[in-house]
Amino acid sequence: MAIRSFLIFFIFFFFSSLNPILSLYEDQVGLVDWHQQYLGKVKQAVFHTHKTGRKRVVVSTEENVVASLDLRQGEIFWRHVLGSNDVIDGIDIALGKYVITLSSGGSILRAWNLPDGQMVWESSLRGSKHSKSLLLVPTNLKIEKDNIVIIFSNGRLNAVSCIDGEVLWEKDFEGESLEVQHVIQPTGSNLIYVVGFASSSLFEMYQINALNGELLKHESAAFSGGFLGEVSPVFSETVVALDSTGLILLTISFQNGKISFQQMPISNLVKDSFGPAKIIPSSITGIFAIKMNAVTIVIRVTNENKLEVVEKTNHETSISDALSISEGQQAFALVQHAGHEIHLRVKLAHNWDDNLLKESVKMDQHRGLVHKIYINNYIRTDKSYGFRALIVMEDHSLLLLQQGEIVWSREDSLASIIDVTTSELPVERDGVSVAKVEHNLFEWLKGHMLKLKGTLMLASPQDIAAIQSMRLKNSEKSKMTRDHNGFRKLLIVLTRAGKLFALHTGDGHIVWSHLLQSLQKSKVCQHPIGLNLYKWQVPHHHAMDENPSVLVIGKCGPSSGAPGALSFVDTYTGKELSSLSLVHSVAQVIPLPYTDSTEQRLHLLIDADKYAHLYPKTPEAISIFEREFSNIYWYSVEDDSGIIKGHALRGKCTGEVADEVCFDTRELWSIVFPSESEKIIATVIRKQNEVVHTQAKVIADQEVIYKYISRNLLFVATVALKGSGEIGSVTPEESWLVAYLIDTVTGRILHRVTHHGSQGPVHAVFSENWVVYHYFNLKAHRYEMSVIEIYDQSRADNKDVWKLVLGKHNLTSPISLYSRPDVITKSQSYFFTHSVKAIAVTSTTKGITSKQLLIGTIGDQVLALDKRFLDPRRTVNPTQAEKEEGIIPLTDSLPIIPQSYVTHALRVEGLRGIITVPAKLESTTLVFAHGVDLFFTQLAPSRTYDSLTDDFNYALLLITIVALVAAIFVTWTLSERKELQENWR
Amino acid sequence: MGAGRRWAVDFSDNSTAPSSRDIPDPPGFTRASVDQDDSAVSRQKKDAEANWKAQKAWEVAQAPFKNLLMMGFMMWMAGSTVHLFSIGITFSALWQPISALQGVGKGKLSYDFYFSNAVDSSKFHFDFAVFEPYKDNKVDLLGPKLLFIALNLGGLALGVWKLNTLGLLPTHASDWVSSLSPAQEVEYSGGGIPL
Repeated sequence: MAIRSFLIFFIFFFFSSLNPILSLYEDQVGLVDWHQQYLGKVKQAVFHTHKTGRKRVVVSTEENVVASLDLRQGEIFWRHVLGSNDVIDGIDIALGKYVITLSSGGSILRAWNLPDGQMVWESSLRGSKHSKSLLLVPTNLKIEKDNIVIIFSNGRLNAVSCIDGEVLWEKDFEGESLEVQHVIQPTGSNLIYVVGFASSSLFEMYQINALNGELLKHESAAFSGGFLGEVSPVFSETVVALDSTGLILLTISFQNGKISFQQMPISNLVKDSFGPAKIIPSSITGIFAIKMNAVTIVIRVTNENKLEVVEKTNHETSISDALSISEGQQAFALVQHAGHEIHLRVKLAHNWDDNLLKESVKMDQHRGLVHKIYINNYIRTDKSYGFRALIVMEDHSLLLLQQGEIVWSREDSLASIIDVTTSELPVERDGVSVAKVEHNLFEWLKGHMLKLKGTLMLASPQDIAAIQSMRLKNSEKSKMTRDHNGFRKLLIVLTRAGKLFALHTGDGHIVWSHLLQSLQKSKVCQHPIGLNLYKWQVPHHHAMDENPSVLVIGKCGPSSGAPGALSFVDTYTGKELSSLSLVHSVAQVIPLPYTDSTEQRLHLLIDADKYAHLYPKTPEAISIFEREFSNIYWYSVEDDSGIIKGHALRGKCTGEVADEVCFDTRELWSIVFPSESEKIIATVIRKQNEVVHTQAKVIADQEVIYKYISRNLLFVATVALKGSGEIGSVTPEESWLVAYLIDTVTGRILHRVTHHGSQGPVHAVFSENWVVYHYFNLKAHRYEMSVIEIYDQSRADNKDVWKLVLGKHNLTSPISLYSRPDVITKSQSYFFTHSVKAIAVTSTTKGITSKQLLIGTIGDQVLALDKRFLDPRRTVNPTQAEKEEGIIPLTDSLPIIPQSYVTHALRVEGLRGIITVPAKLESTTLVFAHGVDLFFTQLAPSRTYDSLTDDFNYALLLITIVALVAAIFVTWTLSERKELQENWR
Repeated sequence: MGAGRRWAVDFSDNSTAPSSRDIPDPPGFTRASVDQDDSAVSRQKKDAEANWKAQKAWEVAQAPFKNLLMMGFMMWMAGSTVHLFSIGITFSALWQPISALQGVGKGKLSYDFYFSNAVDSSKFHFDFAVFEPYKDNKVDLLGPKLLFIALNLGGLALGVWKLNTLGLLPTHASDWVSSLSPAQEVEYSGGGIPL
């Protein structure tokens, strides 16, 4: 008995102390969470369509993904995400069963099993000189019955065995000042040609025996005009290049070891020349293409090395690589844009005039231009050739075209998200019902019968499966209207392609997508980059008749002075309301805490010359801004020079930039970090829209401490210059990490702490009055997490109960940061097992619910860790009162509870960011994690204390109520009767 | 009386006083003649009765004291941590005096002040149902009543004190500031690493 009661007590204690275990049951997976897998923009694609087995295409992408896709539906068979520093240089298929990938600047060669994606072998290639990385898989070249792969990388030519990845021979070019352009292996021969330039005007050719790497011939010839860019091989012993001016085409042939140049000015080929040309890399026998501004010219090379123009077009054109369809016949494809359509032509390399295939496909405008095309052939039932084309669009989407139709498409832009914001859905109006009503009464009844069966535990396994699928397909969650709990929202997502998506939080489907005009390549803006998303207008008062909108900020080119570009997009419809090309650059965007009468938020854009520009440019906005003029400050962190500067506004701009909405600024303060001992590696601020419920924290014995809650606090982490490299590159004595808390209005350093023997990278999160950061401790050889909590000591003497009861205190009156703060900090450090990719914190509407840290681990999962574990007031032996308060006894490391992975069994490959959004229900927060994959779920850090859970047994409740009411009536009548009888007695 | 009481036998002797009920005297019976007949006997009887009533009233007035001791013991047993048992004890300790002071006296006008016809010995006329049977012109009920009230108030105080030791009374600063929203800052600043 004693043991049992002890056990019960123990279990009770266990659950009460560690209650936020977030584990789900198996049947709850997919109810509120969704997971989507993407690839990124395809860099290279190789088809594998042998007669046997499933037809597939292997792709490598800019997100360093190598994947095998089903050619029928575009589904992923298998996928591997290589690290961000393991960039894929080339892929190919060898022996019909291995996928060969060359990555990491040509130093790692891997073979993957084609059917299942298992790695077969990996070999690393030596070499120190940085060079182009080229991968070549010759079809009929064997060394002792062993197929080989030829790799040129890091200044070395290697021949690697296909079977086990062993390097059979290598030829060193490191000594030479050779810049290799191409490695050519003429089919059917045992020769390899390595061609390249040396010292900009020397063309070099090496002829190498493919069987043993022996150098057979080395020739070089000088060309006084120099060379520009790439070469395009047109025959096995002829390449085409451009001279350094880009105006003369050079046909370089090296037949029989003799190099000969043939010059042909482009103006001789094309009447009206359009400036310097560029060679479009391709590998079609006898044909190459050049591009001059917007004009594409396709040129044929005859056997006598004569050049003739076969096509000249103003349309955007893409050309595929050659595809050998039969003995000696090569086919290639051309795609051209014409309005809403794209024209696909497939031609034979030696016969330009006839088309093997000519198709027109309707194409959505929001996919932009065709960037790449890969073709593959199949044999139709009438024994003729059919072609399918895989095209990569400007918006990074991947489409398969066959017989004039889009067979499937993938929105792989979503693999490279830059910024995320959210928007509410439209309010449900009378008469507008978007949800589908159940088909008929019978279906409805059947569903409820099944549910009842499930409740009464009478359901068979089939029934349970049916109930589960019904739960998952619940039409409620993908409705296009706002819900009471605020679970349904739109995730507005800006991708690197400049495309904006709206994803529904219910099931993750794309509500709309829009390729932004302002972030598309144009004459004024050559290299547009999307930067950030801001909520521009969030209507509350006019929620019924006005749509919210977002502001997309971009700039033209990577330089700091590049002009900015703005777009305003309606979040309900995805329409671009307006777009602006700015004259000034955008260095900072400061959303101000003021809105105008139409509920447009005021934004301050700071340009590279430190002028502030106010948006929207309305007189009303200016008047609101001028009212708060003296209270607006801004700061800039110059991480390369190690200076943090604070600025204030001075007045209207003067001089040539004079404008109604332009304001001049002046520097107020600056913090200069000594450059040799401290380098800024991380800065973090509080989320601007975070809601804090209370400023007081009640600790044991009814004591109160006041949190120092300020929106203008900046956390800065610096490391020693020596220690800014990789982990382990310095000794503990040489490296330290300093954490600062800086007031960004006054420039006051509120707290500074040094961690000796520690190193970055630092990942940090700031919320309420605390900051948590993650770094590496070199002395302990472990990762550490530290927490700093900051408290306001000047408020600590507000202890008179009567003053508080009567409200005679100034705790809530507005304060100025120039009043002298009196703060104390508490901090503590703990070991943490994982290295971290991102840290976020849960956020709720009112900020009452306790917080959890969301840690993106190196394994691409998201771990929820209670903030209570990072409480600087933890002690080894907490007192009874502290235990009651919920303080956990101090341990040296933070626990990783396997059930608290919010991603449960899934992985968010290539995890980059975690975003939390409060739902309307206080207990619940919405979590969106993005990387190459997307993952969304709902979290309740303190459980759903304000609503009944999904699996709440309503039937039981109803039955109980009915039974009780019935019992009341029965006993009432019984007692009435009894009383009557007693009265008669 | 409440609806719950259907019948009652009144054992108190109302023969000396004019009938409080609207029952007519039997025919041929005149109340005045009976009073005059054996007034000496009845006076003696009345005195004894008054004594007895006073004694009883004091007993009733002292009854809450036992309760108080009992409650104190229970509270000591319950400990000072907040859980179901201690909260139950505390609330019953609070409820008993309140119901004794208020709930029990709801039959008559309780704590009623007869300013208009303050002819009684006391200016304030407390009418307690508890003391209703001992009501007599010759018995001074003020003492027992005051004791009764004092003891019940003592019980109430004990309950409140217990409530405080459990930490359920808002007597600390923390109880008043725990929902104070953070102070607004006058200045606003934004920025960061240039985009």
